[in-house]
Amino acid sequence: MPRPNGFVSTVLRIAAKDLRIEWRNREITTTMGFFAILMVLIFAFAFVNPAGDALAPEVTAGVLWVGLLFSGTIALARTFDRERDLEAVRALLLSPAPRAAIYLGKLVGVVFLMLIVETAVTLLSAVFFSAAIGRHAAWLAGFLALGTVGYAAVGTVVSGALLRSKSRDALIAALLFPLVTPLVMAGVRGTSMLLNPETPDPESIVFWTQFLVVVDAVFLLIGLWAFEPVISGE
Amino acid sequence: MTAPPAELHLEGVGKTYGRHRALVSVTATFSPGRINTILGPNGAGKSTLLGILATLVRPTTGSIRWGDKPLGPTAAARAAVGYVGHDPGLYGDLGALDNLNLFAGLYGCDVDPQALLAQVGLSHVEPLAPVRTYSRGMQQRLALARALLHQPAILLFDEPSAALDPTGAAWLSAQLAAQRGAGRIVVVVTHDLDAVAPLTDHLTILRRGRLAHHAPVQTALTGTDLRRIYTETTGAST
Repeated sequence: MPRPNGFVSTVLRIAAKDLRIEWRNREITTTMGFFAILMVLIFAFAFVNPAGDALAPEVTAGVLWVGLLFSGTIALARTFDRERDLEAVRALLLSPAPRAAIYLGKLVGVVFLMLIVETAVTLLSAVFFSAAIGRHAAWLAGFLALGTVGYAAVGTVVSGALLRSKSRDALIAALLFPLVTPLVMAGVRGTSMLLNPETPDPESIVFWTQFLVVVDAVFLLIGLWAFEPVISGE
Repeated sequence: MTAPPAELHLEGVGKTYGRHRALVSVTATFSPGRINTILGPNGAGKSTLLGILATLVRPTTGSIRWGDKPLGPTAAARAAVGYVGHDPGLYGDLGALDNLNLFAGLYGCDVDPQALLAQVGLSHVEPLAPVRTYSRGMQQRLALARALLHQPAILLFDEPSAALDPTGAAWLSAQLAAQRGAGRIVVVVTHDLDAVAPLTDHLTILRRGRLAHHAPVQTALTGTDLRRIYTETTGAST
């Protein structure tokens, strides 16, 4: 006889399912990783001068956030493709799992995949752009993690809404990027400050961190509220 | 004393999408231990009705009761419903065991996945092989195992035999009869009249979103009988 299931355990089950699938075929991480490496190499070829001087922190910050944006789109599109294949999402929605738990489970899975690739992009940026990622490493990691959570919070809702749309891949970017503009602007600004070895400005960095926390909270609340109607198509 | 199995009762159920009335004031009863067949032309509202029974679609009007309890989008109601569609509702990149374990976890069930696989005739499959590599018939068998793992009282089938070969269709018919024997409320939406005719205990026909026929079957039907009733009721050929 079924018994009530814990909310957190449901979230973890759904996230673990996405990560297990990815562990089996490594499709998303390979695609995202390939894209990220290519992106860093192209920017390195375009911006790095022969003397090997460190790149302006604004440029490195831009590269990191472009990587976050585009690799996140790949992760969102493919994880929801797996829900659509064989109509797995219908079975998921038929289960007693709360919709909020399904939303958070998908969110956690996407965030985890994005963080793997962001780690690679950040390390590559340090190598190719001589970015000073070690000066405020923990803060930088936290900052990117906040950006990733906010991006995935909106992206999970948008991807869920477009689950049955034929032109979903094109529409995800078209709908998602305008929505996350405040997040990206704050992220780029704060990251460039963290990467700037000459003008540490703790007050501004704290401001942009708080800004990201607030944006994340708003996006998460909207996501929790909007996911059920959009995923059920009603 | 054990309470008698509960009936599923719909009272004035309707569903409107924008200006389109997909279902109009349907009042019907589905009994346990019966195979309740729902027929109708395309666009008659069959899938909408099944979606409402599955708690995936909210009715615009009316109410549904299972025994003395309302059947709505709650965890308790969802735990009472099993669903097999024309798509299997499985993760193609996972194996059979991973799929069953995942859904058992979501339903909060302690089940033996190997026993379930044996029950649906899949004990021979490589349990870690991705489900997408299975044949259509094997996927439907696994879909039934997924639908049965929480021992639902209400079992819904939406075009379950679509794209099945004759062997798979015969197996499915036997499974429908077995689920009726287990005392479940079995509701089948199908266009395969020949396959479902001899199994049908209660026949419902929808036409343009309205209930056109809803009555028990007195004597076993043949495909020809069912086609005649269908044509007379809907005016459509099969």
